[in-house]
Amino acid sequence: MQRWKFCVHTQESIPKLNHLDRGEDTLKEGFDQKKFCEAVLEAARSAGASYADVRIVKHESQGIALRTGKVEGLGHSLDLGFGVRVIADGAWGFAASPTLTIEEGKLVAEEAVRIAKASATSKRRDVHLSPIEPVEGSFANEWKIDPFEVPIEQKIDLLKEADRLLRQNERVRVTDCSMHFWKNHQVFASTDGAYVEQEKLESGAGIAATAIDGGEVQRRSYPALGGDYAAAGYEFVESLKLIEHAEEVAREAVQLLESPPCPSGEFTLILEGSMLALQVHESCGHPIELDRVFGMESSFAGTSFLTTEKLNTFRYGSELVNTTADATIPGALGSFFYDDEGVPAQCIDIVKEGMFCGYLSSRETAAELGILSGGSMRADGWDRIPLIRMTNINLMPGDWTLDELIADTQDGIYAATVKSWSIDDKRLNFHFGTEAAWEIKDGALGRMFRNAMYNDLTPRFWNSCDGICGEDEWHVWGVPNCGKGEPMQIAHVGHGVAPARFRDVRMEGAK
Amino acid sequence: MKTRWMGEDEMLSMLEEAIALSSADQTEIGLSVGSWALTRFANSYIHQNMASQSIQAHVRAVFGKKVATAYSTINNREGLKELVRRAVELAKHQDDNPDFVSLPEPSLPAARPEEATGYSEETAACSAEERASIVQAIIKENDRVSASAAGSLGTWAFERATANSLGIRSYYRSTLAKVTTVSTGPDGGFGYALATSVSIEDIDPTAVGREASETARASANPIEISPGEYECVLSPYAASEVIESFVHTGFWARAFQEGRSFVCGKLGEQVVGPNVTIWDDALDPRTLVTPYDAEGVPKQRVNLLEKGIATGLLYDSYAAHREGKKSTGHAGGFNPIMMPGDATVEQMIQSTERGLFVTRFHYTNVAHLMTATITGMTRDGTFLIENGRIAKPVKNLRFTQSLLEALSNVDMIGKDLKLVDSTLAPALKIKKWRFVSATEF
Repeated sequence: MQRWKFCVHTQESIPKLNHLDRGEDTLKEGFDQKKFCEAVLEAARSAGASYADVRIVKHESQGIALRTGKVEGLGHSLDLGFGVRVIADGAWGFAASPTLTIEEGKLVAEEAVRIAKASATSKRRDVHLSPIEPVEGSFANEWKIDPFEVPIEQKIDLLKEADRLLRQNERVRVTDCSMHFWKNHQVFASTDGAYVEQEKLESGAGIAATAIDGGEVQRRSYPALGGDYAAAGYEFVESLKLIEHAEEVAREAVQLLESPPCPSGEFTLILEGSMLALQVHESCGHPIELDRVFGMESSFAGTSFLTTEKLNTFRYGSELVNTTADATIPGALGSFFYDDEGVPAQCIDIVKEGMFCGYLSSRETAAELGILSGGSMRADGWDRIPLIRMTNINLMPGDWTLDELIADTQDGIYAATVKSWSIDDKRLNFHFGTEAAWEIKDGALGRMFRNAMYNDLTPRFWNSCDGICGEDEWHVWGVPNCGKGEPMQIAHVGHGVAPARFRDVRMEGAK
Repeated sequence: MKTRWMGEDEMLSMLEEAIALSSADQTEIGLSVGSWALTRFANSYIHQNMASQSIQAHVRAVFGKKVATAYSTINNREGLKELVRRAVELAKHQDDNPDFVSLPEPSLPAARPEEATGYSEETAACSAEERASIVQAIIKENDRVSASAAGSLGTWAFERATANSLGIRSYYRSTLAKVTTVSTGPDGGFGYALATSVSIEDIDPTAVGREASETARASANPIEISPGEYECVLSPYAASEVIESFVHTGFWARAFQEGRSFVCGKLGEQVVGPNVTIWDDALDPRTLVTPYDAEGVPKQRVNLLEKGIATGLLYDSYAAHREGKKSTGHAGGFNPIMMPGDATVEQMIQSTERGLFVTRFHYTNVAHLMTATITGMTRDGTFLIENGRIAKPVKNLRFTQSLLEALSNVDMIGKDLKLVDSTLAPALKIKKWRFVSATEF
């Protein structure tokens, strides 16, 4: 598999933050980001920090949302500020501010140290970090068309045409067509000597038709619930071919109104890609976050059943199941160059031939486990601390095709597109709803079912996997709404999957 | 981190100056200034501890029926003026939205009880050292029963001003202090407690630590039980999810207008049992008082459900104008309140021959919109009730339950209301609650 191509810029070719600025006068002409970082780190050291890092983050986004033919949302956001994270007296502290001056930087660094010293009053042991080789450099992902430069009218026209086609059937009462674009530019510097500047451009879009009749409400989405996203430019939106798929989406939404509810019972289940991406997200991605395993999220979303004694000893899935955490896939939403601790992006085996063998980790949690950091720490903006976040968590391809899987299934259900999701606080008992399902009888797709939901326990489900489609049907789905932590942080992650088959899955369908 | 207040006069004059520069037909600006701090703890020590200043602004520009919004961190008047220019430019390229009528007009605020200030100096001034000391009190209670404590203590202090070119001028200061604790006992027991208030001084960390750790102690060594239909006593934590999900899936005017609400065609009709009354009131001093919504419209009390009959909906100005109505002040959040009953939790348990007591639900999500069916897990203390007594702790269960059915089967309602996030909820005893599967802990 081709890896994420690093585009190493010289300092001269990377625009300075002030040149990217579109109005905030806090980034004055001549603002020297390196000098700012040095002053902040020195202030932290002087106040008593044994370690400090600073991130300056500039985040720009644009969203366009059409609802039932009307552009209800057109928004642009620009966010700029910095955060300082320190270890003092063996404990963590963090402080942040949107005021980008050296004077404020020093005050915020001192506040972070004060907070760390308050943390230390309850510490059980000192924080230790796994070692890294500090890096200096500038990095940016590749893209062809800057979505922020594409005229707004052009983007609205594309969505309007998709919307028009969705609403040709009068039983489609509500439609949603949207595009989102993000540009993240950040500088990371640490007392370890790292100085990393990164730019990432992301784009995506999606459409959905909601058919309503006689008290029944049914939705179909394309290409996935909420759309699909990538670390790419506007060319990715064009590649989704929203207009070409609109009529089929509307037709299926209406067809669902007339379809019977999914029968209840145990079935052979084949999951479509975007549905499987959610399955991977909830039952593979979250349980391997080492901070969650160590209980650091226990008061919020919970812990994980994948406790450390299971590493290399626990059969997570069938022998067909191989999963990776790969932050180096070109163009994938969960890819980057360095994480927010200055650790390089990596590809890590998580499950190999069914055996659980790896975690997503940070410098602190890796040190606790006696390994090097897997480079998974990312923060949602300048005023948030980095947490262990998914990168691209992938179910590696097998050697079936979807047609072959269906032809090989005597009696089963093919289910597509996320509708609802819920999982317990150790990531074991899950319950997922799908937008549409089809009966499989004697190796062929049959009638459509509505309200198909399935419920299982994570290891039982993955051990029942007996077929995974191959590389031709493998796609990295971009998920821009992974929530974690307090205050809630939203991460952009990816899931490479191809359709797969599972046996004896408990299913039900609401009337 | 000390909050750097700007004050009402400074903020509103900034907004007026920026609105005057706008070339749009209508302009709305919101400005939020403040600070927040959060101390998180796990395994009985502080593992994350943070504080931040915040200055956020939004500008909504309107040309006829073209509407666009720009958001930004800003630092001064010039930054705000630039944001106005950006919103104006964006709106010029926008498409017409035939349903858009106007930004909201000024309206008189509802009478606010004197004690409903929504602001506490003590919360705004709470330091990192004070937060650490509160956390230590919680940990100490957990140490007493050899439980491990995890949770968070957050404080927020903000001032928000909104103005528009039609004359809306709103300003308020607000604070929030919130502490949550999940206790893990040595024998597989879990417990939970939460306290939320405008004032940090209302929060008793020892009581929070004791409630969570005692539940963890009581829920040690849970047994497996079969899924199925059970009579259920829901603590106010669990009941708050029922009330919030019910209001959220049914009572937003937008969902109603689009035919996506179970209230469609049933306004004025009985939708749940006659013993259930729910209203929304952001000015109730027992909740987190919020006098204005995100459009600067004064918050109104809305009676959503009276004796089981659907009576009202929550409107922002966009949804309201579509029906020629006025906004109820619900651009943004809501504050549901359920009418209390006269029962104690002990009486609910005593009246149950065989059923379950649920401390809390986890990861609930709507599985079917029109029946308000939600699915989720129990968490942090689930107990079997037998012959009117808590008999044994049980392993967690998954439920899939229509809230229309559940609220048609309310047997008893608690006499005390608990503030859980923005919902004021009593404990509830429900005759039938459907559990569909179990988990391993």
